[in-house]
Amino acid sequence: MGYELDFSALAGYLGLFLRGAGVTLGLTAIAATFGIALSIGGAATARWGLGWARALVIAYVELIRNTPFLVQLFFIFFGLPALGIKMTAMQAAILAMTINLTAYAIEIVRAGIESVPPGQREAGIALGLKPVKVFIYVVLPQALANVYPALVSQIIITMLESAVVSQVAVMDLTHVADYIQSRTYRAFETYFIIALAYLAMAVGLRWLMTRAGSRLFAGRSR
Amino acid sequence: MTFSTSRRITLLQGFALGSTLAIGLLTGRAGPASADALDDITKAGVIKIGIFEDFPPFASLGSDMTIQGYDVDMAESLAKALGVKAELVGITGQNRIPFLAEGKVDALLSIGFSDERAQVVDFTDPYAPYYIAVMGPEEIAVKGPADLAGKTIAVNRGTLEDTEVTKVAPADADIQRYNDYNGVISAFLSGQAQLMVVGNDVGATILAKDPAIKPVEKFLLLTSPSNMAVKKGETGLQQKLNEILIGMKKDGSLNDMAVKWLKQPLAADF
Repeated sequence: MGYELDFSALAGYLGLFLRGAGVTLGLTAIAATFGIALSIGGAATARWGLGWARALVIAYVELIRNTPFLVQLFFIFFGLPALGIKMTAMQAAILAMTINLTAYAIEIVRAGIESVPPGQREAGIALGLKPVKVFIYVVLPQALANVYPALVSQIIITMLESAVVSQVAVMDLTHVADYIQSRTYRAFETYFIIALAYLAMAVGLRWLMTRAGSRLFAGRSR
Repeated sequence: MTFSTSRRITLLQGFALGSTLAIGLLTGRAGPASADALDDITKAGVIKIGIFEDFPPFASLGSDMTIQGYDVDMAESLAKALGVKAELVGITGQNRIPFLAEGKVDALLSIGFSDERAQVVDFTDPYAPYYIAVMGPEEIAVKGPADLAGKTIAVNRGTLEDTEVTKVAPADADIQRYNDYNGVISAFLSGQAQLMVVGNDVGATILAKDPAIKPVEKFLLLTSPSNMAVKKGETGLQQKLNEILIGMKKDGSLNDMAVKWLKQPLAADF
Protein backbone atom coordinates (compact mmCIF):
# COMPACT_ATOMS: atom_id res chain seq x y z
CA MET A 1 0.00 0.00 0.00
CA GLY A 2 1.66 3.22 -1.11
CA TYR A 3 -0.72 5.53 0.75
CA GLU A 4 0.60 7.23 3.86
CA LEU A 5 -1.94 8.31 6.45
CA ASP A 6 -1.55 11.90 7.50
CA PHE A 7 -4.23 13.14 9.88
CA SER A 8 -2.23 16.24 10.74
CA ALA A 9 -3.13 17.69 7.35
CA LEU A 10 -6.67 18.17 8.66
CA ALA A 11 -5.65 19.89 11.90
CA GLY A 12 -6.03 23.41 10.56
CA TYR A 13 -9.66 22.85 9.63
CA LEU A 14 -11.00 22.20 13.14
CA GLY A 15 -13.00 25.46 13.24
CA LEU A 16 -14.67 24.74 9.92
CA PHE A 17 -15.36 21.18 11.01
CA LEU A 18 -17.09 22.29 14.23
CA ARG A 19 -19.11 24.83 12.28
CA GLY A 20 -20.27 22.10 9.90
CA ALA A 21 -21.26 19.85 12.80
CA GLY A 22 -23.18 22.77 14.32
CA VAL A 23 -25.07 23.33 11.07
CA THR A 24 -26.00 19.65 10.84
CA LEU A 25 -27.27 19.54 14.43
CA GLY A 26 -29.10 22.84 13.98
CA LEU A 27 -30.85 21.66 10.83
CA THR A 28 -31.84 18.42 12.55
CA ALA A 29 -33.18 20.25 15.61
CA ILE A 30 -35.37 22.60 13.56
CA ALA A 31 -36.60 19.84 11.26
CA ALA A 32 -37.35 17.56 14.23
CA THR A 33 -39.29 20.20 16.16
CA PHE A 34 -41.49 21.28 13.29
CA GLY A 35 -41.66 17.79 11.84
CA ILE A 36 -42.95 16.06 14.97
CA ALA A 37 -45.41 18.88 15.66
CA LEU A 38 -46.81 18.74 12.12
CA SER A 39 -46.88 14.95 12.14
CA ILE A 40 -49.13 14.86 15.21
CA GLY A 41 -51.64 17.05 13.43
CA GLY A 42 -51.22 15.01 10.26
CA ALA A 43 -51.71 11.70 12.07
CA ALA A 44 -54.86 12.93 13.78
CA THR A 45 -56.21 14.10 10.41
CA ALA A 46 -55.37 10.78 8.80
CA ARG A 47 -57.16 8.95 11.59
CA TRP A 48 -60.25 11.11 12.20
CA GLY A 49 -60.24 13.79 9.53
CA LEU A 50 -62.85 14.61 6.92
CA GLY A 51 -62.70 12.58 3.70
CA TRP A 52 -60.86 15.17 1.60
CA ALA A 53 -58.43 16.07 4.39
CA ARG A 54 -57.59 12.44 4.99
CA ALA A 55 -57.03 11.87 1.27
CA LEU A 56 -54.73 14.89 1.13
CA VAL A 57 -52.59 13.70 4.03
CA ILE A 58 -52.36 10.17 2.67
CA ALA A 59 -51.40 11.47 -0.78
CA TYR A 60 -48.72 13.68 0.75
CA VAL A 61 -47.29 10.82 2.83
CA GLU A 62 -47.20 8.45 -0.13
CA LEU A 63 -45.54 11.07 -2.36
CA ILE A 64 -42.76 11.86 0.09
CA ARG A 65 -42.13 8.28 1.16
CA ASN A 66 -41.83 7.03 -2.40
CA THR A 67 -39.44 9.62 -3.82
CA PRO A 68 -35.76 10.12 -2.97
CA PHE A 69 -34.86 12.87 -0.55
CA LEU A 70 -32.26 14.24 -2.95
CA VAL A 71 -34.87 14.62 -5.67
CA GLN A 72 -37.21 16.42 -3.24
CA LEU A 73 -34.38 18.77 -2.24
CA PHE A 74 -33.35 19.52 -5.81
CA PHE A 75 -36.98 20.17 -6.75
CA ILE A 76 -37.35 22.71 -3.96
CA PHE A 77 -34.00 24.40 -4.56
CA PHE A 78 -33.57 24.27 -8.36
CA GLY A 79 -37.12 23.64 -9.56
CA LEU A 80 -39.33 26.00 -7.55
CA PRO A 81 -37.52 29.19 -8.71
CA ALA A 82 -38.98 28.50 -12.14
CA LEU A 83 -42.39 28.96 -10.51
CA GLY A 84 -41.23 32.15 -8.83
CA ILE A 85 -40.55 30.62 -5.40
CA LYS A 86 -36.90 31.27 -4.66
CA MET A 87 -35.33 30.56 -1.28
CA THR A 88 -31.80 30.28 0.04
CA ALA A 89 -30.06 26.93 0.25
CA MET A 90 -30.50 26.87 4.03
CA GLN A 91 -34.24 27.56 3.79
CA ALA A 92 -34.61 24.89 1.12
CA ALA A 93 -32.71 22.41 3.29
CA ILE A 94 -34.89 23.07 6.35
CA LEU A 95 -38.06 22.86 4.28
CA ALA A 96 -37.05 19.63 2.57
CA MET A 97 -35.92 17.96 5.79
CA THR A 98 -39.11 19.00 7.62
CA ILE A 99 -41.37 17.80 4.81
CA ASN A 100 -39.47 14.53 4.70
CA LEU A 101 -39.52 13.89 8.44
CA THR A 102 -43.20 14.84 8.75
CA ALA A 103 -44.25 12.25 6.19
CA TYR A 104 -42.49 9.37 7.93
CA ALA A 105 -43.46 10.59 11.41
CA ILE A 106 -47.16 10.77 10.45
CA GLU A 107 -47.12 7.03 9.82
CA ILE A 108 -45.29 6.35 13.07
CA VAL A 109 -47.57 8.54 15.19
CA ARG A 110 -50.64 7.06 13.49
CA ALA A 111 -49.45 3.58 14.46
CA GLY A 112 -49.00 4.88 17.99
CA ILE A 113 -52.52 6.29 18.10
CA GLU A 114 -53.99 3.02 16.87
CA SER A 115 -52.06 1.12 19.52
CA VAL A 116 -53.92 2.93 22.28
CA PRO A 117 -56.99 0.85 23.28
CA PRO A 118 -60.20 2.47 21.95
CA GLY A 119 -61.60 2.22 25.45
CA GLN A 120 -59.36 5.11 26.49
CA ARG A 121 -60.98 7.51 24.04
CA GLU A 122 -64.49 6.25 24.89
CA ALA A 123 -63.80 6.69 28.60
CA GLY A 124 -62.56 10.21 28.04
CA ILE A 125 -65.65 11.21 26.09
CA ALA A 126 -67.88 9.50 28.63
CA LEU A 127 -66.31 11.71 31.30
CA GLY A 128 -67.44 14.76 29.32
CA LEU A 129 -64.10 15.82 27.86
CA LYS A 130 -64.18 17.44 24.41
CA PRO A 131 -62.76 15.13 21.69
CA VAL A 132 -59.77 17.43 21.10
CA LYS A 133 -58.94 17.44 24.80
CA VAL A 134 -59.33 13.65 24.88
CA PHE A 135 -56.82 13.42 22.09
CA ILE A 136 -54.27 15.78 23.62
CA TYR A 137 -54.42 14.64 27.22
CA VAL A 138 -55.50 10.99 27.06
CA VAL A 139 -54.64 9.38 23.75
CA LEU A 140 -51.56 11.29 22.57
CA PRO A 141 -49.33 10.79 25.62
CA GLN A 142 -49.96 7.05 25.48
CA ALA A 143 -49.48 6.96 21.73
CA LEU A 144 -46.18 8.80 21.88
CA ALA A 145 -44.94 6.67 24.75
CA ASN A 146 -45.57 3.55 22.68
CA VAL A 147 -43.75 4.72 19.56
CA TYR A 148 -41.10 6.94 21.12
CA PRO A 149 -38.16 4.68 20.14
CA ALA A 150 -39.37 4.65 16.54
CA LEU A 151 -39.62 8.45 16.52
CA VAL A 152 -36.12 8.78 17.95
CA SER A 153 -34.83 6.48 15.21
CA GLN A 154 -36.59 8.55 12.55
CA ILE A 155 -35.00 11.73 13.87
CA ILE A 156 -31.56 10.09 13.79
CA ILE A 157 -32.24 8.96 10.22
CA THR A 158 -33.14 12.53 9.30
CA MET A 159 -29.89 13.77 10.81
CA LEU A 160 -27.90 11.25 8.75
CA GLU A 161 -29.92 12.06 5.63
CA SER A 162 -29.09 15.72 6.14
CA ALA A 163 -25.72 14.92 4.60
CA VAL A 164 -27.56 15.23 1.29
CA VAL A 165 -28.06 18.97 1.72
CA SER A 166 -24.35 19.39 1.00
CA GLN A 167 -25.39 19.01 -2.64
CA VAL A 168 -27.00 22.45 -2.61
CA ALA A 169 -23.94 24.06 -1.05
CA VAL A 170 -25.22 24.21 2.56
CA MET A 171 -22.13 24.27 4.81
CA ASP A 172 -23.06 21.15 6.77
CA LEU A 173 -20.61 18.53 8.01
CA THR A 174 -20.52 16.62 4.71
CA HIS A 175 -19.98 19.79 2.69
CA VAL A 176 -17.10 20.71 5.00
CA ALA A 177 -15.68 17.23 4.43
CA ASP A 178 -15.91 17.63 0.64
CA TYR A 179 -14.25 21.04 0.91
CA ILE A 180 -11.39 19.79 3.09
CA GLN A 181 -10.90 16.80 0.81
CA SER A 182 -10.73 19.02 -2.25
CA ARG A 183 -8.00 21.14 -0.67
CA THR A 184 -5.87 18.48 1.03
CA TYR A 185 -6.53 15.54 -1.32
CA ARG A 186 -6.70 13.30 1.76
CA ALA A 187 -9.94 11.45 1.06
CA PHE A 188 -9.34 8.55 3.47
CA GLU A 189 -8.52 10.68 6.51
CA THR A 190 -11.24 13.26 5.81
CA TYR A 191 -14.14 10.89 5.34
CA PHE A 192 -12.92 8.65 8.17
CA ILE A 193 -13.08 11.58 10.60
CA ILE A 194 -16.46 12.71 9.25
CA ALA A 195 -17.92 9.20 9.57
CA LEU A 196 -16.72 9.10 13.19
CA ALA A 197 -18.30 12.51 13.75
CA TYR A 198 -21.68 11.38 12.43
CA LEU A 199 -21.42 8.21 14.50
CA ALA A 200 -20.68 10.21 17.64
CA MET A 201 -23.54 12.65 16.96
CA ALA A 202 -26.01 9.84 16.27
CA VAL A 203 -25.09 7.83 19.35
CA GLY A 204 -25.04 10.97 21.50
CA LEU A 205 -28.38 12.20 20.19
CA ARG A 206 -30.00 8.83 20.71
CA TRP A 207 -28.74 8.64 24.30
CA LEU A 208 -29.93 12.17 25.01
CA MET A 209 -33.41 11.59 23.59
CA THR A 210 -33.80 8.24 25.32
CA ARG A 211 -32.94 9.87 28.65
CA ALA A 212 -35.45 12.62 27.90
CA GLY A 213 -38.02 9.99 26.99
CA SER A 214 -37.73 8.15 30.26
CA ARG A 215 -38.36 11.48 32.03
CA LEU A 216 -41.25 12.49 29.76
CA PHE A 217 -42.99 9.18 29.89
CA ALA A 218 -42.15 8.26 33.47
CA GLY A 219 -44.48 5.78 35.02
CA ARG A 220 -45.63 4.16 31.78
CA SER A 221 -45.37 0.43 31.46
CA ARG A 222 -42.37 -0.05 29.20
CA MET B 1 50.07 -15.64 -35.35
CA THR B 2 48.27 -18.52 -36.99
CA PHE B 3 44.81 -19.47 -35.72
CA SER B 4 43.14 -22.81 -36.08
CA THR B 5 40.29 -22.95 -38.65
CA SER B 6 37.50 -23.02 -36.09
CA ARG B 7 38.94 -20.06 -34.23
CA ARG B 8 39.35 -18.17 -37.51
CA ILE B 9 35.69 -18.78 -38.34
CA THR B 10 34.65 -17.56 -34.90
CA LEU B 11 36.78 -14.43 -35.24
CA LEU B 12 35.32 -13.67 -38.69
CA GLN B 13 31.80 -14.06 -37.37
CA GLY B 14 32.58 -11.71 -34.50
CA PHE B 15 34.17 -9.18 -36.85
CA ALA B 16 31.17 -9.31 -39.20
CA LEU B 17 28.73 -8.86 -36.35
CA GLY B 18 30.71 -6.05 -34.79
CA SER B 19 31.10 -4.09 -37.98
CA THR B 20 27.44 -4.42 -38.87
CA LEU B 21 26.55 -3.11 -35.44
CA ALA B 22 28.99 -0.21 -35.74
CA ILE B 23 27.76 0.77 -39.16
CA GLY B 24 24.15 0.42 -38.01
CA LEU B 25 24.67 2.62 -34.93
CA LEU B 26 26.55 5.29 -36.77
CA THR B 27 24.25 5.67 -39.72
CA GLY B 28 20.88 4.32 -38.59
CA ARG B 29 18.22 5.96 -36.34
CA ALA B 30 16.62 4.78 -33.07
CA GLY B 31 13.01 4.21 -34.10
CA PRO B 32 11.09 4.24 -37.34
CA ALA B 33 13.01 5.87 -40.11
CA SER B 34 11.39 9.20 -41.04
CA ALA B 35 13.06 11.97 -42.91
CA ASP B 36 10.68 14.73 -41.89
CA ALA B 37 7.09 14.55 -40.65
CA LEU B 38 5.94 17.23 -43.10
CA ASP B 39 7.35 15.30 -46.04
CA ASP B 40 5.76 12.07 -44.78
CA ILE B 41 2.39 13.74 -44.47
CA THR B 42 2.53 15.25 -47.93
CA LYS B 43 3.64 11.93 -49.41
CA ALA B 44 0.95 9.90 -47.63
CA GLY B 45 -1.72 12.50 -48.37
CA VAL B 46 -3.04 12.24 -44.82
CA ILE B 47 -2.37 14.11 -41.57
CA LYS B 48 -3.29 12.34 -38.33
CA ILE B 49 -4.52 14.82 -35.74
CA GLY B 50 -5.25 13.84 -32.14
CA ILE B 51 -8.33 15.43 -30.55
CA PHE B 52 -10.36 14.78 -27.42
CA GLU B 53 -13.63 13.06 -28.20
CA ASP B 54 -15.69 14.64 -25.42
CA PHE B 55 -14.59 18.20 -24.78
CA PRO B 56 -17.37 20.51 -25.90
CA PRO B 57 -17.34 22.85 -27.69
CA PHE B 58 -13.95 21.77 -29.02
CA ALA B 59 -15.08 18.24 -29.81
CA SER B 60 -18.21 16.33 -28.90
CA LEU B 61 -20.63 13.80 -30.34
CA GLY B 62 -23.38 15.56 -32.23
CA SER B 63 -26.97 14.33 -32.44
CA ASP B 64 -26.13 12.70 -35.77
CA MET B 65 -23.40 10.65 -34.06
CA THR B 66 -20.50 12.46 -35.75
CA ILE B 67 -17.82 14.34 -33.88
CA GLN B 68 -18.11 18.07 -34.32
CA GLY B 69 -16.53 21.11 -32.77
CA TYR B 70 -13.89 23.81 -32.91
CA ASP B 71 -11.06 21.26 -33.10
CA VAL B 72 -12.78 19.29 -35.84
CA ASP B 73 -13.15 22.43 -37.98
CA MET B 74 -9.54 23.37 -37.16
CA ALA B 75 -8.25 19.96 -38.24
CA GLU B 76 -10.16 20.18 -41.53
CA SER B 77 -8.75 23.68 -42.21
CA LEU B 78 -5.19 22.52 -41.49
CA ALA B 79 -5.56 19.51 -43.77
CA LYS B 80 -7.01 21.62 -46.57
CA ALA B 81 -4.16 24.14 -46.31
CA LEU B 82 -1.64 21.28 -46.46
CA GLY B 83 -3.43 19.72 -49.41
CA VAL B 84 -4.03 16.42 -47.60
CA LYS B 85 -6.87 14.61 -45.85
CA ALA B 86 -7.41 14.89 -42.08
CA GLU B 87 -7.62 11.71 -40.05
CA LEU B 88 -8.99 12.40 -36.58
CA VAL B 89 -7.58 10.17 -33.84
CA GLY B 90 -9.27 10.11 -30.43
CA ILE B 91 -6.82 10.72 -27.60
CA THR B 92 -7.01 11.05 -23.82
CA GLY B 93 -5.07 13.24 -21.43
CA GLN B 94 -2.93 10.23 -20.47
CA ASN B 95 -1.99 8.88 -23.88
CA ARG B 96 -1.74 11.94 -26.11
CA ILE B 97 1.92 12.76 -25.65
CA PRO B 98 3.03 9.12 -25.99
CA PHE B 99 0.91 8.91 -29.16
CA LEU B 100 2.71 11.94 -30.54
CA ALA B 101 6.13 10.61 -29.63
CA GLU B 102 5.38 7.22 -31.21
CA GLY B 103 4.08 8.74 -34.41
CA LYS B 104 0.52 7.49 -33.93
CA VAL B 105 -0.51 11.11 -34.48
CA ASP B 106 1.32 13.89 -36.31
CA ALA B 107 -0.12 16.76 -34.29
CA LEU B 108 -2.21 17.38 -31.17
CA LEU B 109 -4.90 20.00 -30.66
CA SER B 110 -6.25 21.55 -27.43
CA ILE B 111 -3.00 21.29 -25.52
CA GLY B 112 -2.05 24.01 -23.04
CA PHE B 113 1.52 25.18 -22.59
CA SER B 114 3.62 23.98 -19.67
CA ASP B 115 7.38 23.81 -19.17
CA GLU B 116 7.31 20.07 -18.50
CA ARG B 117 5.44 19.46 -21.74
CA ALA B 118 7.77 21.77 -23.69
CA GLN B 119 10.56 19.34 -22.91
CA VAL B 120 8.90 16.52 -24.83
CA VAL B 121 6.86 18.27 -27.53
CA ASP B 122 7.15 21.39 -29.69
CA PHE B 123 4.29 23.87 -29.38
CA THR B 124 2.91 26.06 -32.14
CA ASP B 125 1.29 29.44 -31.59
CA PRO B 126 -2.10 29.35 -29.82
CA TYR B 127 -5.10 28.72 -32.05
CA ALA B 128 -7.97 28.92 -29.54
CA PRO B 129 -8.53 30.96 -26.41
CA TYR B 130 -9.04 29.02 -23.19
CA TYR B 131 -9.65 30.92 -19.98
CA ILE B 132 -11.55 30.94 -16.72
CA ALA B 133 -13.90 33.87 -16.26
CA VAL B 134 -16.48 35.17 -13.80
CA MET B 135 -19.78 35.21 -15.69
CA GLY B 136 -23.13 36.70 -14.86
CA PRO B 137 -26.26 38.27 -16.34
CA GLU B 138 -26.03 41.60 -18.16
CA GLU B 139 -27.67 43.57 -15.32
CA ILE B 140 -25.12 42.75 -12.63
CA ALA B 141 -22.10 45.07 -12.85
CA VAL B 142 -18.88 43.28 -11.91
CA LYS B 143 -15.59 44.65 -13.17
CA GLY B 144 -13.08 43.02 -10.87
CA PRO B 145 -12.58 40.88 -7.76
CA ALA B 146 -13.67 43.73 -5.45
CA ASP B 147 -17.15 43.75 -7.03
CA LEU B 148 -17.67 40.15 -5.89
CA ALA B 149 -18.44 41.44 -2.39
CA GLY B 150 -21.85 40.35 -1.17
CA LYS B 151 -22.60 38.31 -4.29
CA THR B 152 -23.44 34.62 -4.56
CA ILE B 153 -20.98 32.79 -6.81
CA ALA B 154 -21.37 29.21 -8.02
CA VAL B 155 -18.25 27.22 -8.73
CA ASN B 156 -17.23 23.58 -9.31
CA ARG B 157 -15.58 22.41 -6.11
CA GLY B 158 -11.90 21.51 -6.27
CA THR B 159 -11.28 22.89 -9.76
CA LEU B 160 -8.91 25.65 -10.79
CA GLU B 161 -11.90 28.00 -10.84
CA ASP B 162 -12.57 27.17 -7.18
CA THR B 163 -9.01 27.83 -5.98
CA GLU B 164 -8.58 30.96 -8.10
CA VAL B 165 -11.82 32.67 -7.10
CA THR B 166 -11.31 31.72 -3.44
CA LYS B 167 -7.94 33.47 -3.63
CA VAL B 168 -9.21 36.79 -4.97
CA ALA B 169 -12.78 37.05 -3.64
CA PRO B 170 -13.45 39.39 -0.70
CA ALA B 171 -14.44 37.86 2.64
CA ASP B 172 -18.17 38.60 2.34
CA ALA B 173 -18.56 36.96 -1.08
CA ASP B 174 -20.77 33.87 -0.78
CA ILE B 175 -18.99 31.15 -2.77
CA GLN B 176 -21.26 28.14 -3.35
CA ARG B 177 -19.31 25.01 -4.21
CA TYR B 178 -21.14 22.33 -6.16
CA ASN B 179 -20.07 18.78 -6.93
CA ASP B 180 -19.98 19.17 -10.69
CA TYR B 181 -20.74 21.57 -13.53
CA ASN B 182 -24.38 20.48 -13.63
CA GLY B 183 -24.87 21.83 -10.12
CA VAL B 184 -23.10 25.07 -11.01
CA ILE B 185 -25.17 25.57 -14.15
CA SER B 186 -28.44 24.67 -12.36
CA ALA B 187 -27.66 27.16 -9.61
CA PHE B 188 -26.88 29.91 -12.11
CA LEU B 189 -29.86 29.32 -14.41
CA SER B 190 -32.33 29.08 -11.51
CA GLY B 191 -31.02 32.34 -10.10
CA GLN B 192 -29.80 30.72 -6.88
CA ALA B 193 -26.33 32.03 -7.67
CA GLN B 194 -25.92 35.48 -9.21
CA LEU B 195 -22.55 34.69 -10.76
CA MET B 196 -20.59 31.63 -11.77
CA VAL B 197 -16.93 30.97 -12.46
CA VAL B 198 -16.35 28.53 -15.33
CA GLY B 199 -14.10 28.05 -18.31
CA ASN B 200 -15.06 29.61 -21.64
CA ASP B 201 -15.82 26.10 -22.95
CA VAL B 202 -18.57 25.59 -20.37
CA GLY B 203 -19.78 29.14 -21.00
CA ALA B 204 -20.07 28.45 -24.73
CA THR B 205 -21.96 25.20 -24.12
CA ILE B 206 -24.51 27.07 -22.00
CA LEU B 207 -24.90 29.89 -24.53
CA ALA B 208 -25.47 27.35 -27.29
CA LYS B 209 -28.61 26.18 -25.47
CA ASP B 210 -30.10 29.71 -25.46
CA PRO B 211 -30.78 29.90 -21.72
CA ALA B 212 -33.15 32.24 -19.89
CA ILE B 213 -30.25 33.97 -18.10
CA LYS B 214 -27.41 34.61 -20.55
CA PRO B 215 -23.95 34.47 -18.99
CA VAL B 216 -21.86 37.51 -19.92
CA GLU B 217 -18.14 37.41 -19.19
CA LYS B 218 -17.27 39.95 -16.48
CA PHE B 219 -13.55 39.46 -15.95
CA LEU B 220 -10.89 36.82 -16.55
CA LEU B 221 -9.21 34.93 -13.73
CA LEU B 222 -6.75 32.79 -15.62
CA THR B 223 -5.89 32.26 -19.25
CA SER B 224 -4.11 29.33 -20.90
CA PRO B 225 -4.76 29.31 -24.65
CA SER B 226 -4.93 26.06 -26.57
CA ASN B 227 -1.94 25.34 -28.75
CA MET B 228 -1.12 22.69 -31.31
CA ALA B 229 1.81 20.38 -30.62
CA VAL B 230 4.11 18.36 -32.84
CA LYS B 231 6.76 15.79 -32.03
CA LYS B 232 9.95 17.28 -30.64
CA GLY B 233 12.30 18.23 -33.43
CA GLU B 234 9.73 18.41 -36.21
CA THR B 235 10.46 22.06 -36.90
CA GLY B 236 9.35 21.80 -40.53
CA LEU B 237 5.82 20.77 -39.56
CA GLN B 238 5.77 23.23 -36.67
CA GLN B 239 6.64 26.18 -38.92
CA LYS B 240 4.15 25.13 -41.58
CA LEU B 241 1.34 24.91 -39.00
CA ASN B 242 2.26 28.36 -37.67
CA GLU B 243 2.16 29.77 -41.21
CA ILE B 244 -1.30 28.28 -41.78
CA LEU B 245 -2.43 29.79 -38.46
CA ILE B 246 -1.23 33.27 -39.47
CA GLY B 247 -3.11 32.90 -42.74
CA MET B 248 -6.30 31.89 -40.94
CA LYS B 249 -6.06 34.86 -38.60
CA LYS B 250 -5.55 37.25 -41.52
CA ASP B 251 -8.47 36.01 -43.61
CA GLY B 252 -10.78 35.93 -40.59
CA SER B 253 -11.57 32.20 -40.75
CA LEU B 254 -10.14 31.65 -37.26
CA ASN B 255 -12.38 34.39 -35.85
CA ASP B 256 -15.40 32.87 -37.60
CA MET B 257 -14.62 29.53 -35.94
CA ALA B 258 -14.36 31.22 -32.53
CA VAL B 259 -17.71 32.95 -32.95
CA LYS B 260 -19.34 29.76 -34.20
CA TRP B 261 -18.18 27.48 -31.40
CA LEU B 262 -17.17 29.74 -28.49
CA LYS B 263 -19.87 32.38 -29.08
CA GLN B 264 -17.23 35.06 -28.60
CA PRO B 265 -15.01 36.75 -31.19
CA LEU B 266 -11.27 36.46 -30.70
CA ALA B 267 -9.60 39.15 -28.61
CA ALA B 268 -7.95 41.83 -30.73
CA ASP B 269 -4.46 40.81 -29.66
CA PHE B 270 -4.93 37.03 -30.01
